[in-house]
Amino acid sequence: MTGALTVLRFHLRRDRLMLLWWIAGNVLLYWSQAVSTDGLYPTQADLDKAAAGMADNAAFIAMAGPARALDTLGGQVAWQASAFGAIVAALMSMFLVGRHTRAEEETGRDELVRAAAIGRHAPLAATALLVVIADVLMGTLIALSLISYGLPAGGSLALGLAAGLTGLVFGGVALVAAQLVESTRAAYGITGAVLGVAYALRAVGDVGNGALSWLSPIGWGQYLRPYAEEQWWPLVLPVVAAVLLGSGAVALFDRRDIGSGVWPARPGPARGSLGSASALAWRLQRGSVVGWSVGLLLGGIAYGSIGDDVADLIGDSQFSKDVFTAAGGSIVDSFYATAAVMLALIGGGFAIASVQRLRGEEAAGFAEPLLATALPRWRWAAAHLVVTVVGTLVVVLAAGLGMGLGFAMVTGDGSAVLRLTGATLPYAVPVLVLAAVAWLAYGIRSRWAAIGWLGLGFCFVVMMFGEVLQLPGWLMDVSPLRHLAQTPAEDFRPWPLAVLVVVAVAAAAAGMVALRRRDVVSA
Amino acid sequence: MDTVIDIAGLVKRFGHTTALDGLDLQVERGEVHGFLGPNGAGKSTTIRVLLGLLRADGGIVTMFGQDPWHDAAELHRRLAYVPGDVNLWPNLSGGEVIDLLGRLRGGLDEKRRARLVERFELDPTKKARTYSKGNRQKVALVAALASDVELLILDEPTSGLDPLMEAVFTDCVDEFKDGGRSVLLSSHILAEVERLCDRVSIIRAGRTVETGTLADLRHLTRTSVSAELSQAPSGLDGLAGVHDLAVEGVRATFEVDTVHLGEALQALGRFGVRTLTSQPPTLEELFLRHYGEEVAS
Repeated sequence: MTGALTVLRFHLRRDRLMLLWWIAGNVLLYWSQAVSTDGLYPTQADLDKAAAGMADNAAFIAMAGPARALDTLGGQVAWQASAFGAIVAALMSMFLVGRHTRAEEETGRDELVRAAAIGRHAPLAATALLVVIADVLMGTLIALSLISYGLPAGGSLALGLAAGLTGLVFGGVALVAAQLVESTRAAYGITGAVLGVAYALRAVGDVGNGALSWLSPIGWGQYLRPYAEEQWWPLVLPVVAAVLLGSGAVALFDRRDIGSGVWPARPGPARGSLGSASALAWRLQRGSVVGWSVGLLLGGIAYGSIGDDVADLIGDSQFSKDVFTAAGGSIVDSFYATAAVMLALIGGGFAIASVQRLRGEEAAGFAEPLLATALPRWRWAAAHLVVTVVGTLVVVLAAGLGMGLGFAMVTGDGSAVLRLTGATLPYAVPVLVLAAVAWLAYGIRSRWAAIGWLGLGFCFVVMMFGEVLQLPGWLMDVSPLRHLAQTPAEDFRPWPLAVLVVVAVAAAAAGMVALRRRDVVSA
Repeated sequence: MDTVIDIAGLVKRFGHTTALDGLDLQVERGEVHGFLGPNGAGKSTTIRVLLGLLRADGGIVTMFGQDPWHDAAELHRRLAYVPGDVNLWPNLSGGEVIDLLGRLRGGLDEKRRARLVERFELDPTKKARTYSKGNRQKVALVAALASDVELLILDEPTSGLDPLMEAVFTDCVDEFKDGGRSVLLSSHILAEVERLCDRVSIIRAGRTVETGTLADLRHLTRTSVSAELSQAPSGLDGLAGVHDLAVEGVRATFEVDTVHLGEALQALGRFGVRTLTSQPPTLEELFLRHYGEEVAS
């Protein structure tokens, strides 16, 4: 263990910004639930009405957790935030562990550290300590922020503990996964799969008799019953699990060599079938297309399963009516128009990441040997661009399909599948405009591809806070999403869509011209 | 003669820094041309201009009589390239990368591919993330040497290989050259250049400072001589081209400009030579002299 504290200090130094964003983000998630619940249901009567509508909606319960004390502000916050907050904590722990264990070994940096006068277990211990510190800090700040908002201290503490301890358990899972496999990506895959199973177990358990929820770390946190007559003994479960996982990781670490995993890497094919730039681009990005599609399908189902109870959910306050009926039309259609834009914007994350991928290929030096073959530069770039365009369409389609399916499941209205899918798909075009702008920036200078994230962030701000912040109209009109008909609340209009298509094609073409004229960045 | 690569007065700037400052380079058909220079001299930049990855800011560059920037893809059918730092997609196997690069270049010679994998002792089923630097280099070498091309461009291709594999590499380059094909070999491993290259160009700070056959260049260098004589010599320090003379009794050691070697030996003969060792200049010394001047200035 010699040197563990030095290594820990080094970790904290490297991670300070990353930790800040994760922790601040999650605290904000909990805190914003309190604010928005207060905004949506200003009176006890509103709360009672909402609670009555929600408590027997199985889809809601599957998504969020067991419905307890929903007629109180605390109960609402716990219900809306506890599952997702726990997932955020788990992801933070997973990335912290992966980054400091397997990724360090994979890059060989670990050897440099291990060659110093430190104990064999020091890097592992430092990483475990880092995760403990991060999760404790996150849980404490969640509790404090809710207490300072005026919620009962006991429930706030339980909610903070639930998030922090779930994070800790998945930190343990990630630590074990990092011993098992040789690549960081595979370690994330294992941890992510365990997290997915944990979420699904508690979803099924919560809808049923609750037994399966006891198998899930997320369920353990929810069994602390925050704001609903807290029970404290389930705290033992995550603590014991984290200790067991941590010692398991140490035991596994002791039986493997540095750089290799307990499970040897599977060999790949000796002969390759990849023979074109398109095949390679698809191979490199297919995981991302599938992952985003599944994620947005589930997100769509979540929105869709609210069904036509929208009115109950968003309450009677003037604020919520202003937000959700801005598009005109019925409140249900208006809500789904907002949801469609929201999901498409999230899908924009795929589009921008996909453009960034090209930049990554270039910066990592992967492009150089390819471009030294008979592959023309434009065709290399076009292959990735095609994946970006098709992938974005698929991802947004999945979101719309999910929404339609969710809606149909809850209301029994099968025609909603086609209607909501059709209403969501056009929003892929403004997202592609954002991608095209990122692509143009990339064409001019490799590093500028990151501008795409700024564009996406700008559109989010305009959509969520444009009216509240009273941004000038011309500024908000820069967001390509502002120009489409708000389907399904409004009738579809082809012209704005056609104009956006032209803008996207023009930007992409200009980007291609620029890319063909500039130097390729070396690794 | 048939010139494969012809560069005259090549200039390349990155912002305010000038990486190449009027560089000249000619590679003739059928020769292995050594391209020597210290780190940062501009070797890789020159190669990247030749590959059409970087755009020249000045000068004339032709390859097979064509412009490497405009006709990049067409020219690349006729050449294969091995970068100094081979970066591969971590989740593809070595075999997949070899086949991908080969197909994109216009096809691989299957038999040669199999033989090269065996000779370089490469395991093509391993994922690229698990390869060492040397193994990644082998992947790129196999992909390059198994293609049917007229020109190999190699940028410090053996920096990660062990001596055994270096020998395999040397044999492969010899075989490649026997077909009348050309190689541009950038390196700072001098033994490799001496062993392989017909001609060399030495560059420093983006300019060509010397070019010619190894024999040509040796005229510019000194031979070190160490002799044991029958009687103590005198007057050696007055000879033209003699440097660093040290006389200890009947032993004399000195360096002499190679062009004055004959006169120096005649002078020694007058004192009765018992033993004589002379060492021809190595490329190492040639190199050191060029960069030594830089250090001195």
